[in-house]
Order: sequence, then C-alpha cells, then structure tokens
Amino acid sequence: MSNLLAARSLMAMALGFHIIFAIVGMAMPLLMVLAEWRWLRTKEEVYLIIAKRWAKGTAIFFAIGAVTGTVLSFQLGLLWPRFMEWAGPIIGPAFAIEGFAFFTEAIFLGIYLYGWQKVSPRAHLAAGGVVVISGIVSGVVVVMANGWMNTPTGFTLLNGLPSNIDPIAALLNPSGLLQAPHMILAAFAAAGFAVAGIHAFLLLRQQGNVFHQAAFTIALTVGCVSAILQPLSGDFLAKRVADFQPLKLAVFEGQVHTEKGAPFRIGGIWNSEQEAFDYVLEIPYALSLMLHLDPQGEVQGLKDFAKENWPPIGIVRTAFQIMVLIGLIMMSLALWAAWLAFKKRNVFESKTFLKAMVLATPLGFIATEAGWVATEVGRQPWVIVGYLKTAEAVTPMPGVIIPFIFFAGLYTFLTCIVIWLMWRHVLASPTQLDMMRNVKEAKQA
Amino acid sequence: MMGYEATLAFVLLVSLTFYALMGGADFGAGVWHLLARGSSRRDQHRLIGDALGPIWEVNHVWLILIVTILFTAFPKAYVQISITLHIPLTLLVIGIVLRGSAFAFRHYDVKDDEIHVRWDQLFAISSLISPLLLGVIIGAMTVGHFPVNSESFFQGYVSPWIQTFPLILGIFTLSLFAYLAATYLLLETNNAQLQEIFRKRAIIAGLVVGFLEEAVLILGKSGAPQLWGELQYSLWGACLQLGVGGFAIAAVWFLLTRRYWWARTCAILQVTMTIWAWGIAQFPYLVPPDLTVFNAAAPEITLQFITAALFLGALLLFPSLFYLFRIFKGGQKAQHE
Ligand code: HDD
Ligand code: HEM
Ligand code: HEM
Repeated sequence: MSNLLAARSLMAMALGFHIIFAIVGMAMPLLMVLAEWRWLRTKEEVYLIIAKRWAKGTAIFFAIGAVTGTVLSFQLGLLWPRFMEWAGPIIGPAFAIEGFAFFTEAIFLGIYLYGWQKVSPRAHLAAGGVVVISGIVSGVVVVMANGWMNTPTGFTLLNGLPSNIDPIAALLNPSGLLQAPHMILAAFAAAGFAVAGIHAFLLLRQQGNVFHQAAFTIALTVGCVSAILQPLSGDFLAKRVADFQPLKLAVFEGQVHTEKGAPFRIGGIWNSEQEAFDYVLEIPYALSLMLHLDPQGEVQGLKDFAKENWPPIGIVRTAFQIMVLIGLIMMSLALWAAWLAFKKRNVFESKTFLKAMVLATPLGFIATEAGWVATEVGRQPWVIVGYLKTAEAVTPMPGVIIPFIFFAGLYTFLTCIVIWLMWRHVLASPTQLDMMRNVKEAKQA
Repeated sequence: MMGYEATLAFVLLVSLTFYALMGGADFGAGVWHLLARGSSRRDQHRLIGDALGPIWEVNHVWLILIVTILFTAFPKAYVQISITLHIPLTLLVIGIVLRGSAFAFRHYDVKDDEIHVRWDQLFAISSLISPLLLGVIIGAMTVGHFPVNSESFFQGYVSPWIQTFPLILGIFTLSLFAYLAATYLLLETNNAQLQEIFRKRAIIAGLVVGFLEEAVLILGKSGAPQLWGELQYSLWGACLQLGVGGFAIAAVWFLLTRRYWWARTCAILQVTMTIWAWGIAQFPYLVPPDLTVFNAAAPEITLQFITAALFLGALLLFPSLFYLFRIFKGGQKAQHE
C-alpha cells in the first residue's frame, strides 16, 4: 500500500467511525429532551424512565465521539500537513467556533447526565436543550468546513498561495450551506430510525409494554419527519453539485456523454475499458427534468473533463445509489407511519410495520456512510477542489500503514465493545412488570 | 497593546494552563487509580470515578481548543510539529482514546460486573501514556531544531523527541498531574481515612515534583540552552523560579498541617507558574530556532477573526464553566473553607 493510499484509508476510517458517534451524539439529546418534556407535561413516569435510559446509552456514544473527534483534529495535521497549511487560516476559524460549541455541549451534557438530583427539573430540561443546540452547531460548522473543500470560496490566489482571506465567505460556501442541513437531517433520520427499530424489536417480543410504545413513538416521530425532508434537501444539494462540480454529478448519475434530455439511470456497472456503464435501467428525460425542471435540459457528461481529474467512478456511483435508494425506502416507511398515525391513531399496533422498522434499523447509518463516501471519494483527486491535490497534501513521513493497521485494530475493538454494551443495555430494558415497580420507585424518590 | 500574534500566543498559554490544571488532573487521578492499595482500594476508585464523571469531557476540550488555535493562527508551526512529532502525537491520541473509552465503558454501563475491573485497569494504564507524551512533545518543542529534509527516518521522526530533555519533561509532566490530582481529591471527600491516604500521596508527589523540577532545569542547560538562559539570567526568570519554589514549599507545609484548601491553592499556583515560566522563556518561539509566533502566523485577518471568536466564546464559556463547577464541585469546598 502506498503512503498516500494508507493515509487516505486511515482518514476515511477515522471519519467513518467518528460520524456514527457524532450522529448519535447529535440526535439522542433531542430524543431525551422530548421524552423529558413529555414527562414534565404529562407527569407520566414512563417518560422520565425513557429519558434516563437513553441518557445512559448516549453517554457512551458521546464519550467515544469526543475522543475519536480528537483523533481527527490531530490527524488533519498528521496526515495532511500541506492541506492544513493551506486551509488552516481560511477554515480554521470555523473549527474555533466548533471548539466553543464542544465546550457548551460537554458542560451541559455533564449537568444533564449527573444533575438529575442537583438542579431543578426546568433547569435540567434547559441543559438538555443547550446540548441539542450546541450539538447541531458543531455539526453544521464542521460540515460547512467540509463544503469549503468542495466549493472553496473566500480567498484569491496570489503566487500559488491564498490571500485576501475572508473567513466568513469561506464558511458560507455554496456547498456547505446545503450540505449542513442535509447532514443534520441525516443525523436525526438515522438515529430516529435506529432507536425506533430497537424498540420495535422489543415491542414484537413484549406486546403492550408501555415503555417501548412510548419510546418507539418519540423516536419514530423524529426519524420520520427527517426522513421525509431528507430527499427534498438531497435534491437541492444535487442541483448545487450540478452547478459547481459537474464532473462529480456526472459520476453520481452515470452520465458519460453530454446530452440534452438525459435519462435518470438506475444501477449499472462501470466498464472502464469501454468507458461506459453496463446494465443500466433508464427513465427517459428524468434527470434533465430533475436538475433543470426541463425535459430537454443539458447535462454534462464526464467525457467533457480531463481523465486525470476523474474520481474512482465505480465506488462513487455505487455509494451514491445506495444512499438514494435508502433515502427512498426511509421516506416510504415514514409515509407509511404517517398513514398509520392518521388512520389507526397509533403506530405500534401493526405487526408488519414493526417488522419493517426492525429491518430498517441500520439503514440511516448505511446511507450516511454511503453519502460521505460519495461526497469525499467523489472529490478526488482534489482535496481542495481546483487548488490542491490530495497527493500533494499528504505527509512526507513514510510508513503510515503502521498507524493505519493500529487504528483499524483499535476501532474494531471499540466497535465490538460498544455493540456488546448496547446489547446489554437493550437486554436490561424494563419489562412491563419492572415498569410498574420503577414507576413506584420514581414516585417515592 | 499586544499584537494579535502575541495575544494569541498568550491565549495558547492560558489554554495550556487550564488543560494542565483540569484535564491534566484527570489524568493524574488515573495514576492514583493505578496505585490504589489497601483496604480502602474500592473507595479510592469510587472517589476518583465520581470526581471525574461530570467534568472530564469538558476538561478535555481545552486540548482541542489548543490544537484549533494552533492550526488556525500558527499553521506553519502546526504543520512542522505534526510532521516531525508524528509518532508521539499519534501515541498521545491513542492514550486519549483508550482512557476516555475505558472510562465511559466503566461508568455508563447498565450493569455492574466483573468486566468493570478490566475497564478500570485500562483506564488507569492509559492515563499514564498521555501526560508522558504531552511532556515529551512540549519538551521536543522546547529543544527545537527540527530537521528539514532529513536523510533517515530516525533523524527526521525519532531523534527530535527521543532525547533526555523531552523524556525527563514527560516524566515531570506525569508527576505534576498526579500531584495536582492528589491535592484535588483531598477536597472531594469527607472520609477521613481517604483524606489521610491522599494527603500522604500529595506530599510524596510534591517532593517528587520538586526534585524533577530541578532535574529539568539542570538538564535544560545542555538540552534546551535557550530556555535555561532565559530562566537563569533574567530578573523575571529568577522571580518566577522563586515563586514556584515558594508555592511548592507552602503547599507541602499546608499538607503537613492539614489545611487542604490552602494546599490545593498553592499547588495550582505552583503549576501555573511552572507553565508560565516555560511559556515566557519559550516566547516568541514555537519551535526554536526557526518558528516563532510571528513568522508562523496566519494572515492578519484570520488572526483578527479568531481573536474575536475566542473573545465571544470566552463570554459564553466562563459563565457556563462556573455554573458546572458550582453544581458539582461547590459543596465540598464550602465545608473546608
Ligand atoms: C440518512 C442519510 C441520508 C439519506 C437518506 C440521503 N442522504 Fe444524501 N447525503 C447524506 C446522507 C443521506 C450525508 C452522509 O449526510 C451526505 C454526505 C455529505 C453531506 O453533506 O451529506 C450526503 C450527500 C449527498 C450529496 C452529495 C453532496 C456533495 O457531494 O457535495 C447528494 C447530491 C445527496 N446527498 C443527495 C441525496 C438524495 C437525492 C437523497 C434521497 C433520496 C439522499 N441524498 C438521501
Ligand atoms: C464524518 C463524516 C465524513 C466521512 C465519513 C468522510 C469520509 C472520507 C473519505 C472516505 C475520505 C477518503 C477519500 C479518498 O481519499 O478517496 C475522506 C478524506 C478526507 N476528508 Fe472526509 N469525510 C467526512 C467528513 C469530513 C469533514 C467534515 C472534513 C473536514 C472538515 C473532512 C476532511 C477530509 C480530508 C482532509 C480528507 C483527506 C484528503 C482526501 O482524501 O481528499 N471530511 N473523507
Ligand atoms: C460530518 C462530519 C462531522 C460531524 C457531523 C461531527 C459532529 C460532531 C458532534 C456532534 C460531536 C459531539 C460529540 C458527540 O456527539 O459524540 C463531535 C465531536 C468531535 N468532533 Fe466531530 N463531527 C464531524 C467531523 C469531524 C471532523 C472532520 C473533526 C476534526 C477536525 C471533528 C472533530 C471533533 C472533535 C475534536 C470532537 C470532540 C468534542 C468534545 O470533546 O466534545 N469532527 N463531532
């Protein structure tokens, strides 16, 4: 493995690992706050128990999110020093804002987790609210920084180096502005569906358990609202990619030659010898219609661009398709849930629906990983599109393969432990009988 | 009026101080976890776990802030440090990952069983790694003279930090953190037996720190001559050294006479002055002799922007921090005052 490939793989692994924990750390506080708020409103103890249960699980994810995030902020420099030298002064301020968001997040999470007895219920709920907001802020800011790598703005190039820097313009770059809401929605959709899926599984085993019913309803609501908005936001984002990174879009959509009235293509395997996709299913005019609201609109093909600037086509397109497919599945499930809520007035009676939700548990996470692979691998060979190539940014230190192997081992180990702990967490969830006892205890406390 | 470069260097030093006083002490507590002996072993462990629980993640963010300021305001230095000190930096983050994960596994699990002993061990052992490497990294930055276009791997990536001075600074940092932790833990418990245990440890750690401090200075004469010169031949250097020594003796005295609140205050001041003595002597260098806060700085506009962001952030941060510490650390202190 070359040094560059090792560095890219290490970066991809570290980011792909962090994002799972970041999603949970962003979305779970909202679910907890909603449950606690229901408790304050209705005084039904079951909601309090849910909030406390979720808080325990979240704390593990949060801690791992924090330490893996720390790895990343060092790794940016350890692996991509030339990139940081270039980009630090431009997008660095974004990370400074993120730093303070981390502070408030960690401070108020500490109060939330350990302060049940120490502050008033309102102050406690408010602390949860601050965690939600600062989590979202840190997610937004870091994704905007990533957007800048796709559409770099806020500087001019002078003698090969950036000058006339404008950090605000850099932060408010065109890609970032739309990537950020898409990512936040992804976090809520993924976590909402995952939590709902787990409670659906337990509901199937223990019918009528009010704990799981209430938890399922809260998680499902958050997941479904986001899942319905997600394809919409993805559509906006795709139009932006078409404007600013036409080559990337051509790869996403499998558009080889520039054409008017382009069809939307489903499936297909990239044949690098023929430079064409085999086995594609085409929906005539659909792509032109989607991008330009005009069936005859022109879509640029990847042959218009120098071959040396093509990203790895097969990976990028496959990842993109997986994301979109999952997006459509999740949206359909959300609409199904809405229909059940409207028609039957509850969402946990239908066994078929519960089973479908169990199957959907990991979907949001898979879509998120796929979306990031599409975005990041689709950006190759650039690290800052149009300005700096990934190969120029990599560290001169040889032997990056060694930390890669080490971190692969470390992260595999952590993954196994987290899964095992969550399994214990699920097994320890209260049965109907426990529930009644817990309610009594909670009342006495 | 200080320029932006100097202001940001000052903010870096302040953040480093906070990281040492708060995050550092959390690592130090891990050291005492490892060394816990005797019949009250479990109680010692519980005390440490309870003390860290609500605050360790906050304390850890200081490090992230330091890295962020460094790569935004002084990108050239960040890049050079990241390249040359790749290995110790990687080991540092590995220590951080293991320590944090083990703590979370141990304390946020729904059940309480045998496996927790393993997490405790991992937590304690990994608490040793990071302070050591932090000291090594700072030591290597003090020695400086990073090779450019070095010929061999060893010369380029190993020898800058495998040297006596950085290594002794690593051990010194570890002992400093353990010392701080012991003086803090004294005030976190009302149990007389535990207090007695940590009092003894604090005294021993205080003596070790004093001894190592001298060792660092003496080795600095050949290892980091520029630092040594500043400290020995300037008025403020002499004052700071006197201050460090004074507070060190005072802290041990208060420990001997069981005035814990005062002991902790002196220990905090001692550590603060130690770090500042280093910082002021190092100024304006980030890595001598080539990288200073002036020639490694980002363009003016970035410096302005991040200074403003830090100022606004501080307005948000300090009241929140105050609130957090009042909730979780207020009670005990009041009883001892
Ligand atoms: C739950 C997760 C999820 C789901 C269901 C979807 N996406 Fe997505 N998508 C992401 C999660 C995600 C992501 C992982 O969050 C990305 C990666 C970068 C980003 O900002 O968001 C992303 C990126 C991303 C990009 C690339 C932006 C770029 O390269 O700059 C496009 C064009 C879309 N999405 C479009 C869609 C469409 C049309 C979807 C629906 C049908 C869709 N996404 C569903
Ligand atoms: C957390 C979600 C993210 C995931 C899963 C992710 C995924 C990836 C992947 C797969 C690569 C390797 C691409 C390749 O070399 O083929 C990569 C590279 C990289 N990413 Fe991301 N990314 C994420 C977010 C971000 C963010 C928010 C930033 C910066 C602010 C970022 C900065 C980088 C950098 C600097 C590289 C290395 C250079 C390169 O390969 O172009 N990433 N990422
Ligand atoms: C799309 C990409 C990302 C998102 C949405 C995201 C979001 C988050 C969130 C919500 C947290 C809070 C902790 C948690 O909830 O577990 C977090 C932690 C962290 N992230 Fe990320 N992150 C992303 C990528 C990155 C990158 C590229 C870096 C590095 C430069 C980074 C650095 C950190 C750090 C240092 C922490 C620890 C903060 C703490 O101690 O509380 N993140 N991230």
